[in-house]
Amino acid sequence: MKALVWCAPYKVNVETVPDPKILSPRDAIIRVTSTCICGSDLHLVDGFIPFMKPGDILGHEPMGEVVEVGLGVDQSKVKVGDRVIVPFLLGCGECFFCRRGLWSCCDNTNPNAAMAEKVFGHATAGVLGYSHLTGGYAGGQAQFLRVPLADVNCQVMPQDLDDHQLVFLTDIFPTGYMAAENADIQPDDTVAVWGCGPVGQFAIASALLLGAGRVIAIDDGAKVPRRLQMAREAGALTIDTSTEDVYERLMELTGGIGPDSCIDAVGMEAHGVGFIDGLYDKVKTNLMLESDRPSVVRQAIHCCRKGGTISMPGVYGGFSDKIPLGAFMNKGLTLRSGQTHVHKYVPKLLEFVRSGKIDPRFVITHRLPLSEAADAYAMFRSKTDDCVKVVLDPAA
Amino acid sequence: MAAAQTTEHGLKGYLQEGMRRSTARGRTQHNVGDGERIVSGLAGSILLMQGLGRRGLAGLLVGGIGGALLHRGVTGRCQAYQSLGLNSAAPPQPGLSVSNGIHLERSILINRQPDELYTEWSQLENLPRMMTHLKSVTVIDGTKSHWVASAPAIVGGQIEWDAETVRDIPGRMLSWTSLPGSQVEHAGRIRFSPAMGDRGTIVSVHLDYRPPAGRIGHWMAKLFGSDAEKQIHDDLRNFKRQIEVGELPTTEGQPRGGCLGGIGRMVGN
Repeated sequence: MKALVWCAPYKVNVETVPDPKILSPRDAIIRVTSTCICGSDLHLVDGFIPFMKPGDILGHEPMGEVVEVGLGVDQSKVKVGDRVIVPFLLGCGECFFCRRGLWSCCDNTNPNAAMAEKVFGHATAGVLGYSHLTGGYAGGQAQFLRVPLADVNCQVMPQDLDDHQLVFLTDIFPTGYMAAENADIQPDDTVAVWGCGPVGQFAIASALLLGAGRVIAIDDGAKVPRRLQMAREAGALTIDTSTEDVYERLMELTGGIGPDSCIDAVGMEAHGVGFIDGLYDKVKTNLMLESDRPSVVRQAIHCCRKGGTISMPGVYGGFSDKIPLGAFMNKGLTLRSGQTHVHKYVPKLLEFVRSGKIDPRFVITHRLPLSEAADAYAMFRSKTDDCVKVVLDPAA
Repeated sequence: MAAAQTTEHGLKGYLQEGMRRSTARGRTQHNVGDGERIVSGLAGSILLMQGLGRRGLAGLLVGGIGGALLHRGVTGRCQAYQSLGLNSAAPPQPGLSVSNGIHLERSILINRQPDELYTEWSQLENLPRMMTHLKSVTVIDGTKSHWVASAPAIVGGQIEWDAETVRDIPGRMLSWTSLPGSQVEHAGRIRFSPAMGDRGTIVSVHLDYRPPAGRIGHWMAKLFGSDAEKQIHDDLRNFKRQIEVGELPTTEGQPRGGCLGGIGRMVGN
């Protein structure tokens, strides 16, 4: 089969690799019908997650049709022929965490738990195509995919919706929704969202669905003008960091108290402005003295209203410097975060799609064949051609 | 000279104050014994002073070693000891029936009731299926069994022992001790305690053992990354996963790319 393979930092390639096989009794194999490139894939490409090995197959937003199931799969849950989406992280459904809906904290799906315990203190769930720290599972930017514990992880989808309405249930729609939920939005609240990439877009839409009075979307309009335009179309006010001062504008819009909730949908590769927020992090990450660039977290703490909430769906991988804990503590802020507990959100968000509350297709700017995935990465990474979200067709 | 004396006096004061403070903080952080700390600290002070009086690389080297010894004396902690797993500060281990050995404890939360886990564990011959470091367990009679576990290549690749059950409280705990002639002299117990609320059971393993070839064996085992503590931790996790999920997560045999010749599309820099 064809698959997108990570070879080294900044190097990926579409290669012919062996087809996946059933390895454990509860595995299933799916024929992938749609799969996407995620902003967090760029952290792997840029070498920000140091647990990659040449030859790893990337991709964690796949959907498709079940073509084979192992002998141990509960066929009342999933069977050959079913149309399924596969959450980007794998749950077991049985451990302390899965039973509490904390699917991304699953105890039982990361084969490299010992490694993760050393790095994070505890191991988190296995993730498809997302480094050996989260298990080293082959990813879904491929024509076929092996899904472990298939009766828990394959989410059966209806036939009457098209792939592009469903495929974002694998990651970015639930991620944006959980970000909005974590922001503790009350009626008439002002919610500021840093980063208007795909997760930011779903966070904006979800904040409005959850009753936010107003959403303010923040991005660099000089880089990808389409993103701010999309945010405006969704109903958000926008701040363009290439021409406006974020703190000044937020204070102006809120009578000086700041937004009630702040969402960091950027994560560890923020570009930042000024000395600490730009040069300092760049130098330190390049010298391997800091692993993440947390400039959005700093700015969110600075801007958030006293007693407000910061929600952090953006991915961080290691250590960050100069987090203003003094401001965080004295302003009485709350920080909520986590990889998305996708399984928990799928039924509710599927219902939103079905009932027409939201049409997730609005984020798609590019539909390309899997064979052109390497070029798609280059475009998505450099943000050329107003690229916001790429969906790949493995059959093409 | 007067200045040097003052400094030396100051260093002694620093040393005494440091020892007083770090001793007050508790012994657990130390891995250098008190006598050794005093010698280390004084030798360090002297070398440091000599180093400061010299020029060039030699001075830097002597001073550096002196500084490290002084630090070791004052704090009672030695990086080298730590990485070798040695500790000259620890009191003799109070082993169950094994003296001068190593004590290990590990516990894990499993989503099942204690009696169910006790029953699973009691089927000794099934344990190797769940615990990857165990090669085989053979029941000899009602209380005795023969165990084979994997071990670092340096000690022969595997270790064997005979165990005899000492206490057996159904649904709660089992304890055992190794029999004479075993390669690893040890005593252990496994306890199944109900966890709070609906959390299941806390399974904890305690083990007192004398590793192959004593302290050096422990150090070597550590060096090769498969010392007993890690094995017990891995195997408890495997036990939990087999019980909760019915299989261990794996990626062995999945497809990978070749990246032939390191060729790949440059997508940035």
